[in-house]
Amino acid sequence: MTKRQKRMAAVAALLLGLGLSAYFVLSAARKNMMYFYTPTDLVEHRVSEDARLRLGGLVTVGSLKRGEGLNVEFTLADCEKSLPVRYQGILPDLFREGQGIVATGRMQQGTFVADEVLAKHDENYMPPELAKSLKSADGKHNCAPFKSMQQAAR
Amino acid sequence: MNWTWFHRLGSPPSFYRFAGTLAPWLGGLGLAALAYAWYAGLVLAPADYQQKDAFRIIYVHVPAAAVSLSLYMLMAVAGGIALIWRMKLAECVLIATAPVGASFTALALLTGMLWGKPMWGAYWVWDARLTSELVLLFLYVGVMGLKAAFDEPRAAARACALLALVGVVNVPIVHFSVEWWNSLHQGSTVLKFGKPNISAQMAVPLYAALLATYLLAGQAILRRAQNELLSRERNTRWVRETLTELGGDPHVS
Repeated sequence: MTKRQKRMAAVAALLLGLGLSAYFVLSAARKNMMYFYTPTDLVEHRVSEDARLRLGGLVTVGSLKRGEGLNVEFTLADCEKSLPVRYQGILPDLFREGQGIVATGRMQQGTFVADEVLAKHDENYMPPELAKSLKSADGKHNCAPFKSMQQAAR
Repeated sequence: MNWTWFHRLGSPPSFYRFAGTLAPWLGGLGLAALAYAWYAGLVLAPADYQQKDAFRIIYVHVPAAAVSLSLYMLMAVAGGIALIWRMKLAECVLIATAPVGASFTALALLTGMLWGKPMWGAYWVWDARLTSELVLLFLYVGVMGLKAAFDEPRAAARACALLALVGVVNVPIVHFSVEWWNSLHQGSTVLKFGKPNISAQMAVPLYAALLATYLLAGQAILRRAQNELLSRERNTRWVRETLTELGGDPHVS
């Protein structure tokens, strides 16, 4: 082997080693890389009930109820399960039925009580006329970006 | 295998002339494409059905983010060539790319934050995409710092090449973070397999902006690499001749 070939092998070994270690670390830490859990994770008791956590999903169409003041209640769903959510505070402008959101809070007697709600925008861009021609808000938004831990492990 | 053609390609005087011819073209075409992209994107394109005019940040944010990743790949490839073939030109390209890449990474982060506050409701969240892009910025700044820490340019370039290669593992993480994990950042609209999820009137200016940003980044890197070559080779005959041709003082130290 010439010197150059040795250096080539060293660079290849470095890249291979880094790639492998990154793969192992990331697959071991997969759960911790998730920015939020989904309703399925909570309904199936895959997360501790009293933990403070972030919950992501789509606001179910027709579920939004505005109470007194800034109180809102709605249902949040991923592709499989859904959960009731209660929140008091200012909502982001993009918040609406059918929209993806990420709420921070904890479970209290079967309801997720949130103290912060962020909108999760999706990757679709279109002018208003085109959006109107799509049938429903559900048609525009997709539950696929909200992966439960089981789905992600697949 | 015979690598002489490869070495000839990297000869400093011929690259210097080549870059000097190419750079004005890249710059001119880049500015023209940018002018079209901004006019078409900021004025002609319709507002988004949900984000209204705020979506127009994509004409800066998406090209900046795409270029920030591509330039890192360029830097890592240059680093690999510098380590294996000990090519001075690759070292210069590596050193020249770092500040340009860092600028585009910072621009992508800043525009993303400005958009995040009105749309998400937060300037910054520690989700996988944002965090890995921030790590990318640190890697670029690390390469710049490492370069500055050495007096001897060849030793500096070798250390930088190693850091650039180690950091390359972050590039696929940035790109696929929105697919592998749950994140607040949305998935890719354009840079993915399948049909782009953007209407054509909005997409064409975006493609123009991407092209413009790549051209301008290329121009900046060529000019920086030329400067790096001149300063490293300042004691050689071709630099003295080039400077005399330009009407400068041939007796540079």
